[in-house]
Order: sequence, then structure tokens, then C-alpha cells
Amino acid sequence: MNKPIRTMSLFCLLLLTALMLNATYLQYYRASALDDDPLNRRVIQAAFSRERGAILVGKEPVAESVPSDDAYKFQRQYPEPLKYAPVTGYFSYFSQTGIEKTENAVLSGDDSRLFVTRLLDLLSNAEPKGGSIDLTLNRKVQDAAYAGLKGLGPGAQGAAVAIEPSSGRILAMASVPTYDPNKLASHDLGEVTGIYDRLNSDTNEPLLNRSIQTALPPGSTFKLVTAAAAIEDQGYDADSLVPGGTTLDLPQTDNTIKNENGISCGGNRITLTRALEVSCNVSFGWLGLRLTDEELRTQAEKFGFGQHYLDDLGPQAISRFPDTLDDPLRAYSAIGQYEVAATPLQMAMVAAGIANQGVVMKPYLVDQVRARDTQVLDKTDDVRLSQAVSARTANELTKMMVGVVKQGTGTTAQIPGVLVAGKTGTAQSTPSRPPYAWFVSFAPADDPQIAVAVLVQSSDTDRSEIAGSRLAAPIAKAMMEAVVNP
Amino acid sequence: MSMTQQGSLLGFVHRRRRGAELFLLFLALTVGIGGYAAVGVGVQGEVPPDILAYGGGLAVLILVAHVVVRLTAPYADPVLLPIVAALNGLGLAVIHRLDLAYEDAGRKHDYAQQQLVWMTVGVLLFVGTLVVLRDHRVLQRFTYTSGLAAILLLLMPMLPVVGRTINGARIWIHVGPFSLQPGEVAKVLLVVAFAGYLVLHRDALALAGRRVLFIDLPRGRDLGPILGMWLVSLGVLVFQKDLGSSLLFFGLFLVMLYIATERPGWLVVGSVMFLAGAFAAYELFGHVRNRVDIWLDPMAYYDRSPGSGQIVESMFGMAWGGLIGRGFGNGSPERIPFAESDFIIGAIGEELGLTAVIAVILCYVLIVERGLRTALICRDGFGKLVASGLACAFALQVFVVVGGVTGLIPLTGLTTPFLSYGGSSLVANWVIVALLLRISDQARRPVPDLSTPDDADSDATQVVKLG
Repeated sequence: MNKPIRTMSLFCLLLLTALMLNATYLQYYRASALDDDPLNRRVIQAAFSRERGAILVGKEPVAESVPSDDAYKFQRQYPEPLKYAPVTGYFSYFSQTGIEKTENAVLSGDDSRLFVTRLLDLLSNAEPKGGSIDLTLNRKVQDAAYAGLKGLGPGAQGAAVAIEPSSGRILAMASVPTYDPNKLASHDLGEVTGIYDRLNSDTNEPLLNRSIQTALPPGSTFKLVTAAAAIEDQGYDADSLVPGGTTLDLPQTDNTIKNENGISCGGNRITLTRALEVSCNVSFGWLGLRLTDEELRTQAEKFGFGQHYLDDLGPQAISRFPDTLDDPLRAYSAIGQYEVAATPLQMAMVAAGIANQGVVMKPYLVDQVRARDTQVLDKTDDVRLSQAVSARTANELTKMMVGVVKQGTGTTAQIPGVLVAGKTGTAQSTPSRPPYAWFVSFAPADDPQIAVAVLVQSSDTDRSEIAGSRLAAPIAKAMMEAVVNP
Repeated sequence: MSMTQQGSLLGFVHRRRRGAELFLLFLALTVGIGGYAAVGVGVQGEVPPDILAYGGGLAVLILVAHVVVRLTAPYADPVLLPIVAALNGLGLAVIHRLDLAYEDAGRKHDYAQQQLVWMTVGVLLFVGTLVVLRDHRVLQRFTYTSGLAAILLLLMPMLPVVGRTINGARIWIHVGPFSLQPGEVAKVLLVVAFAGYLVLHRDALALAGRRVLFIDLPRGRDLGPILGMWLVSLGVLVFQKDLGSSLLFFGLFLVMLYIATERPGWLVVGSVMFLAGAFAAYELFGHVRNRVDIWLDPMAYYDRSPGSGQIVESMFGMAWGGLIGRGFGNGSPERIPFAESDFIIGAIGEELGLTAVIAVILCYVLIVERGLRTALICRDGFGKLVASGLACAFALQVFVVVGGVTGLIPLTGLTTPFLSYGGSSLVANWVIVALLLRISDQARRPVPDLSTPDDADSDATQVVKLG
């Protein structure tokens, strides 16, 4: 009987080896896929029970974990929920967004940069604790941005972004309507589901971070890009003469481009500076006809259109300049209409690029990664995204933008004693809905510290009152004042 | 057959190795007591205050077993008892851990305490078996008695008063305050019955038949026993909805039939019958189809009932445990329903990691290996069949339950030997180990000068000296 016993022993070994191989497959090779499975509540439950790192602005947290005496050991708290929600995002049992999501590895303590800390925790038998994140945001600018947007009224939709031109540090990022992440971080999971469903189905889309997730026609603020292309590629300067007047006949069609409210830009030949100051659609439409698709698109892309440049937050809407255009559509595109679309962050980068001698810096939100609030583990370096225009062109554009605020459409952004450069925009979408009000600017124009873009997508304001200068410029002004006039 | 080998073994005298067993038992106690302490440190932040009482109790049980082995089975295999003690100790620690987890979740149990009681009963029966049964060949007298008892035990859960359906399977009987899963006890009785039957009839089963396609197929009239066992297994499957036991009993019978007859043809016939039965069961019974569907795509059945919540949670837990585990107290094993019984390997995988899962499986490999080694050196056919049957039953049971829990095969539901909470299973397994030790003691004992049986097949009529 020994031969079959030997055969059976091999068979039994085979069975048990199969078990070991399968366990290895399950616990090693398939482990991360199972950990990421949406049905898996263990990972999030562990995250809920661990002291998660803080998200800091200045020295103060905008998101932190405090001890809690219920089933989970810690409760996530947001001291200024509405103001910072678009950046921090929320940390709920069911999902995460914003910095809470993109920097989850650091905050939860799983990041490889925290390895030594983790090891020390293990050896000293301390409770593991996540690392913290320092944001680049500036409290004063963020306050001004949020206060300004909130001042538009309860039903308003809009966003404001500020960048430090020389580095790409994002100084402010606000969006309305907003939401309270504290309610989504609650441990009352039934309530969280209800609140999330309500927020998610709200037609005003409060969960949307409009500064990076809404791409809309930038209107006249896009004339900065058109002017940049004309100066770079066709040798124009601030004093070059361009057609003015009241209308521009578009070739191949019966359509004409008119100025806002049908007014004249003043004279049949005006300087490029004057054209920008009064935001002359005729002049810039004409420039659009003179420039090629390629020249306009390349210039837009040098400022960041068509690119994904923000790593710290997502998902990011990509700003775009349309492909292949016929003459009339190119004229419309040159004044920021038709299918041109830009996010507020993108328009802030246009202003910042002009302010920074033509160099566009890659925008970022995460300044430093720290272990346990103290030791700096990592600091984000400034990265050059592109040379959008030459320094000479940037100077010409700056001169023209200063004119806009001094004696053009942007006078509402003037700051006493400070040279401000800016550009208004009022983009028509469809006749059925109110236009979008835009304002982009930077200050001081001779030593730029801050570049700003403000978008008011809709507000309670009467339709005839909507204009970049009325709605958006005062918000931009308050944000710039927070830096240049501290 | 095996006579030449036996002849060569006559000149070789096995050492007793009881000292080695004692040393290994200390290691096993370290696992059991250390595990209990680690649970206290991990979950409650301190070594449990009753560690001395607990550790002392465990040590006394193990040492009693050791001393009895020393006195009654001095030549027994020295590795089996330590491995079993280590597994039992680890199981107790993990069940204690689960008690604490359930308590946190608001479901208070004292499974660990009850399991310790069952372990005591198990060790007592282990001692009783070794003391009473001085020669395993005595059991051969009870071939048909055991067979009948096994069938009666399997039928008992179907009786109206004592039988109970728990979690969909009608495999429990309740007598007064005690509940019993008779299938576990039936397993031991069936091995004895099969061995007794096969050792008598193996020549008829082995020699008659005809050859088809290189395989010797048995005669039709010899198919009776295998057909009977097939029907019993199907009955267990259909009426008690117990896939695991059904698979185990039939597999066990098949393996023993093959070992007794040395004819792979039986395996072919048996496998065909198994596949036919499995296919029919899949087509006819919803609960079988449900298990297979869940096995193919567990995630799709997560929220359904009967669904895959248990196995999916177990897989999530094992993945979450990774290579070295979360550590006692840092996982959520309470998320797995019945983690203390069928799914204890999931709880081990989550908190102790792949390392511990592999270690546990290797312990089973060792048990099976020691059992089959005993079968190889055993001098009588009945002992060979009992030892190899028990060892293969072990391997099959571990494969069926661990494979089911880890998603290798459809989930059936059996206890994990020595680890799972459950009296019937623990007690039955201690008796199995006692039987294996008894057989290995006989096999390793120096052959007396007089009265060496020269034909293993004459065992049935041999006069056996008792005591």
C-alpha cells in the first residue's frame, strides 16, 4: 500500500501548496487592488481611526483631526469650512476630494517620505500619526477673495484665484457657492449620505471648485493673449495703430462684430493701447483676422491653454483654444468668444506671465510636507512652465494694462499709490443667460507681487449692470490690496 | 507489496524522542501563551492580568498530554503533539482577540473560555483514547459498528426534536444544553469503518476488473460500496446542505479506496461520479449554484442575501493584513461574520499577515506529513489505512476550508482543524491525533522477537494482546 500512500502525500502537498500560493496571491499581489476596492471599508475606517495630519495655512490649520470618543478615535474638523472648502476638499467616510485626496498619503501617514517617522512610531509604540501639509495660500488674500465673492449675494456663482507671479505659488483660491466639509466629515454616516446627495444634486453645484473646474469663455480678458500674439509675431507695439470705429465686417458672412453696447472705440485709427483700454472688439476682431490660427493657438498654449499644470488639486478642467477656424470664427475667438474657454486659474496665469517678464511659473498649492507638525520633509520648488512672451512684449502689455486701470474700463480696480495693471472681460454666452464678468490684474505693475483673476459666472445683479469692471474688479482690488498694501 | 520494506525496517529501531517532544512543546506553549499576551498588549495595551492562570492552565493541559504519551505511547511520533498544541494555542489567542473585537462592536461572547473548556475535554479524550486503546487494531472489530454509528450520527440532525438548522445547514443536534456537530465525529468513525472494510475486501476490489484505455476499471458488482458512499455524500449535500462535509466524506472514501487497492482506476471512477454529482447539484440546487456564482464573481454578490459579504470581507481583511499583518488590535476582524469558526484564517491573515497564514498551512503540512509517514512505516494494513485516511482527511479539510475562504475554490464551510471555535471539531481532532500517535507508537516500537505476523493481510484474524 506504500506506493499509493506516497502518491497521496504528493497530492496533499500539492493541495496545501496551492493554498499557500493562493494566499500569497491574495495578500501580496492582489492586496492593493483589494484595498482600493470601493466596497472595502477597512482602509477608510483605519484612516478614520488614525490621527490624520493637518492642512495648514500660515501657522493655523484649515483642516485638523481632533480626538473623538465615538467608534472612530478622531474627528476631522475644518475651522473655516466655507472659505477653504474648494482647496481642502472634504474627508468623508465615503469619498475624499481636494488636498485631502491628493495629499492623502502624507496626511494618513502612508507616504514613503514619512517612513522614518513611521518606524519611530512603531518602535516607541506611539499611535501612528500622519504628516501635515503647509499650503501656499495667504490668509489675507483668501479672506478678501471669499468676502468679495460672498458679497455678490447668496445665489452668486464665481471664483477668484491669486498667484505670486515670480514663483507660481497660489495665494488665494475661492469659489462660491461653497459647502461645509465638516458636515461631510461627520461620523453620523446616514446624515453624511443625505447631505452629500443634496449637495451633489444641487443645480448651483456647490461641490465644484470653479477656479479650476469651470472653463468658460474668458471674453475680453483673452484680448491680452491676442495682443501678446500680435506683438510677438507681427511686430506690433503699444503705440501701433489699429482700426477703431463701431463695427467690423466679417468676411464670408453678413455678420459684424460690434463693441459692447454698440459704442464707438473713438476714431477710425486708434493705438493698440487705446483699443485695450476701451476693450475695443472691432480692433481685436481685426487683429484676429490678421493673425493665423496657429499664431493665436500657440500663444494661448504658451500661457497654459491645453495643458494640465496643476498637480496639487483635481480634477482640473483644461482651458482650450478651438482647432481650425475660418475667418469669422477666428475674429470671435480673438475677443474670447465662440469656443474659447478658460478657467480662472488659467486667466490668473496669463496675468502672472505678463507680470513675470513673460515667464509663466507652474502653479502650486502645497508648499511643504512636514512630519508631525515640525520637521520639514519636503519643500516644493518653483518650476518654470514656459516663456509665454519676451520680456519686451511683457513690458508693452504691462503698459497697456496699466492704462486700462488708469483711464480705461478697469478704473474700479485702482489702488491709491500703487500702479495696478488689469483687464476687464464680459463674455456673452447665449442670449438667454447673463454674461460672465471677468477681471484679471496684477500689482504693483512695476514690481508685481500678486496676479489675480476673478470670474463672476452669475449673480443676483441686474443683467444690464453686469460687467467685469462692476462685479469682478472690486474683488480683485481687495485681493491685491491684501498684499501690496498690508 | 510492502513486505520488503517492512523487512528492512525490522533491523532499524526508532528512538523514542520524548525529550525532543518536550522541547517542541515548550515552543508550542510560547506560541499559545505569547499569543494570548500579544492580544492583551495589542488590544488593551497591557499584558492580561490572568496571564499566569491562563498560561498555567494551558501548560498543565499540554504537559498532561505529554506525560500520558510518555507512559502509554513512548515510541509515538514526537512532532504531532507539539504542532497540534501550537495550533490550538494560536486558535485560542485569536478567538480571545475576536471576543474582544465583538465586545467592542457590542456583541459580547466568551468563545475563548468555552473553547478552553472544549480543549480540556479534547485533551481528556486524547488521554482516554491513548490509555484505553493500547493497540489500534482492536478498532478493526468495530468496522461495521463504526459505520453504522457514523450513518446514525449523520442522520441525527435530520430528526425533528434534536436536529437544528444553523446558518442554513442542518448539521447540528441539540441534547439538553449541549449542541453537537455530529459530522466531525462521523469523520473519525468513517475512517475506521472504511479502513476495516477495505482491508478485508481490497483483494477483490483490486484484482478483478478489465482494462480500458490503460486504466484498470473495476467490476460492476464491486461498485456497490463506492456507490453507497456516493449516495451518502449526496444525501449530506442535499438534505443537510453541507457541501464541505459531503466533499470531505466522498474524497476521503475515494482516497482510502485508492490506497487499499493501489488502483488509480478507482480515482477515475470516483472523480467521474464526483463531477456528475457536483454538476447535478449545481443544476438542481440553488444553494450550490449560489456558492459557485459567488466564487466566480464575489464582488457582485457583496450586498445580496445569500451573498458574498463574508468571503469578500475576509479577502479585504487578508489583503489589508498584507505580508506581516496589522497586528493584534489593529485590524477589523469583527467585520467578517463567523470569523471565530469557518473564517478564522481570515482573522489570522488580517492581523498576523501572510507570514502567519503560511506558517499555519505549513503546520498542517507537517501534520499530514507525519500522518502519512506513520502510514508508511505502519506494519499492518488496517493501521496504514486509518493513518493515511486521517492524514488525508486533514489535508482535504484544510484545503476545502482555507481554499474556500481565500477564494481558491467555492466556499463550502468546514472548520479549520484546531483553530476554529467549536467543540465537536476540536474534540474530534484531538481524538484523531491520539489515534495517529497510537498507530505511530505501534509502528515505531521495536518489533518483539516472537510472534511477528508474516502476512499483513492476516491481521483480521490475528489474536491481539490487549493492555
